[in-house]
Amino acid sequence: MFQVGLTQFLIVSTILFSLGIYGIVTRKNAVMVLMGIELILNAANINFVAFSTFGNYGISGQIIALFVVILAAAEAAIALAIVLNIYKTFTNVNVDEIDSLKE
Amino acid sequence: MEFYDIIFYLFALITIGSAFVVVTSRNIVYAAFSLLFTFFGVAGIYVLLGADFLAIVQIMVYVGGILILLLFGVMLTNKITSVEIRTGTVHLLPAAIGIGILFGAIISVMLWTNWNISPEPIPPSTTANIGRELITNYVLIFELLGMLLLIALIGAASIARRDKE
Repeated sequence: MFQVGLTQFLIVSTILFSLGIYGIVTRKNAVMVLMGIELILNAANINFVAFSTFGNYGISGQIIALFVVILAAAEAAIALAIVLNIYKTFTNVNVDEIDSLKE
Repeated sequence: MEFYDIIFYLFALITIGSAFVVVTSRNIVYAAFSLLFTFFGVAGIYVLLGADFLAIVQIMVYVGGILILLLFGVMLTNKITSVEIRTGTVHLLPAAIGIGILFGAIISVMLWTNWNISPEPIPPSTTANIGRELITNYVLIFELLGMLLLIALIGAASIARRDKE
């Protein structure tokens, strides 16, 4: 029961994924929404690596996880640039109050 | 319970506990620092899965890059008077119910699916294999990601640049 196998890793990644979604839908601050997205990407990565290790699929899963990390870095940079622009325009970054594309 | 199992549960506890703090803490700075422990916990899980190179990448890119970027985002988008930078929340109860249903659905699918498990022995180091795969089978994606990072760099700089007065 407590022997660690594929299931335990999948459960950890599922909990991480659910917490990430919860963070995205409940937080108002845009930076907190970004943190939720990072949690979800980490959960997906754990799944990739777990299936790659336990399913005998070679090393491809780890390489895809590497690509996900790179995409997460690019996404964080672009998103924070957008958030900074929103702050300059609206002087807050609450995602429920920003409903227009320009002032 | 072997030593491996104890270490796994330790890292899983660190990861999930700090991720819980990230999504429930009302103080954004506390959330950002909890995210640090989440990333370290995920790196530990990668090590337990035999992905040593990916664990180092996780620490260098996430902790050294993305987390610092997020902290800059927090600091630049709030009028800083103290460490108390708070965030509002919306739809707490409906979100909790919906996420509970989603979590139950995913967990039941994962537990009831008969996964094809054929574990291979964990190789001593994956770095050489990853490098070889990157320049043979995945060379197109590798180059495209290089282009993507360049585009993201230019795009982020031009979006965040202050307009000339």
